Amino acid sequence: MKPSGDSSLVVVPVRYVGRYVAGGAAIIALAMIVHTLFSKIPTDTPQCHNAFDAAGHRHRECAWLVWRFSWDIVARYFTSSLILQGLAMTLLLTSLTMLVGVTIGVIVAVMRQSPSRVLSSSAWVYAWFFRGTPVYVQLLFWFNIAALYPAIHFGLPFGWRWFEVDTVALMTPFTAALVGLGLNEGAYMSEIVRGGILAVDEGQIEAASSLGLTRLQTLRLVTLPQAMRVIVPPTGNEVISMLKTSSLASALSVTELLRAAQNIYSSTYEVIPLLIVASLWYLIVTTVLSVGQYYLERHFSRGAQRHTPLTPWQRLHRDARGIAAKFPARRGRVAP
Amino acid sequence: MTTPMIEARGVRKSFGNVEVLRGISMTVQHGEVACLIGPSGSGKSTFLRCINHLESHDAGELLVDGEFVGYRRKGNTLYELNERDVSRRRSEIGMVFQRFNLFAHLTALENVTLGPRYVHHLDDELAVDKARHLLRRVGLADKESAYPSQLSGGQQQRVAIARALAMEPKIMLFDEPTSALDPELVGEVLDVMKSLADEGMTMVVVTHEMGFAREVADTVYFLDEGNIAESGPPNELLGSPSTERLTQFLAKVL
Repeated sequence: MKPSGDSSLVVVPVRYVGRYVAGGAAIIALAMIVHTLFSKIPTDTPQCHNAFDAAGHRHRECAWLVWRFSWDIVARYFTSSLILQGLAMTLLLTSLTMLVGVTIGVIVAVMRQSPSRVLSSSAWVYAWFFRGTPVYVQLLFWFNIAALYPAIHFGLPFGWRWFEVDTVALMTPFTAALVGLGLNEGAYMSEIVRGGILAVDEGQIEAASSLGLTRLQTLRLVTLPQAMRVIVPPTGNEVISMLKTSSLASALSVTELLRAAQNIYSSTYEVIPLLIVASLWYLIVTTVLSVGQYYLERHFSRGAQRHTPLTPWQRLHRDARGIAAKFPARRGRVAP
Repeated sequence: MTTPMIEARGVRKSFGNVEVLRGISMTVQHGEVACLIGPSGSGKSTFLRCINHLESHDAGELLVDGEFVGYRRKGNTLYELNERDVSRRRSEIGMVFQRFNLFAHLTALENVTLGPRYVHHLDDELAVDKARHLLRRVGLADKESAYPSQLSGGQQQRVAIARALAMEPKIMLFDEPTSALDPELVGEVLDVMKSLADEGMTMVVVTHEMGFAREVADTVYFLDEGNIAESGPPNELLGSPSTERLTQFLAKVL
């Protein structure tokens, strides 16, 4: 076809029918979920309380319909002290475990890179063992370690004993959970850190050593800071995953969030509402952590990108300005 | 007679079964500029990397300012030095790489202050003053807070030169410093190198820039298959090559 020379041609975007149908189905599904979440069902045990009518006469008012998901019970327990104490324990356990895990992870990852075959293979065996067995089994193992070692001695290998500690006293449920989760996390973190170190260009290390930096200085000042850009995102995932994995400690009767909820429902039988309470808290903390992760990633991407990406706030600000520019204020307009 | 800055005698080096250096001998005096030229794979970069012990050589002697870089001599035996001592000796040898190798997570200024702060344990303020001075000298005073990714290749290489100079090295090694640059950026880097040579810095430069070699070098070494095939003052060597190999090589690069 010859160009018509007409510059007023209009472009009509193509319409995808399938996309509209799928979108419609998703909206219907979403509506059904919201509806059932906030639906009410009849009950045999109505909740009654005293009420007064307009004339001031007292009468009994009973609710024969209750929330299917017992939101009133959820609300009642949401900020109860037992739940909040459990939440505090979950946060404590998660942060300490990650501290242990990251420390072990860095050490094991550096050992893996060591020219010494003994060190590098021990590091490999460590990761192999702790990644190869279920963390739940490891937790139970540490909790029951006293069966193998009734007492722990401090002194020289194979020889002189300085003092000893009763293992049962040492391995409280909390320590067992910390040791078990920490050692397991260390194995995963070592792989993450190793990947980060390997991602740093060899030339950076050569430049550092040609300046006269030692291996350890190079690791601390050049390799690890650059590896962080690769290490941070999966570590964020590990923190979020650990937050939830720490609920396994409930099996060792550590009163973290899940155990706290279980303790309550074992006497009140309000199982589902309390599981919802726990889940909501897990969701809230995960959300907060995700936001933190975003800013951390942004911080460590310095130098990797020409321009640091905008934060969501900055982006909102920019968009708002863009919209404002499209609709200039009326007041400023001069009358014709 | 003073000790030469670099004294190499019969330096050999193999990677697996491939012998890349087959007995390199050369002497570079204080304040002298030596250019190494030759086809790729001739061993020029490997020899340069042996000088500051980024690679260890297998046989022969290689002394920098009268000292072995990676070894200690006792009688007729060379003992490998531990890492700390190698690092100390390396800090006296500046090196500039083909791919710049600026620390990507640090600004230009931080790149230049890193060595003085952590190897010479200089105060932060002194290190910053010194770095600013050096950045001004390479013409990048206004780029001190830029990250390497925000700089052009020529600017990055000039920061890399400033970074090496901050260690106040006895000698500067350049490993094809302009090979990764766009043609129009080569000049700015060569200018900095020329001014260094004028100030009397001892330099060993692996390069393909024949114009630079002709203008700045005191001696040019032509390496071929791990040997020094020919060496001499630039005008002689580049003007009237005496070997067939060098004639062929010059015909290709000029």
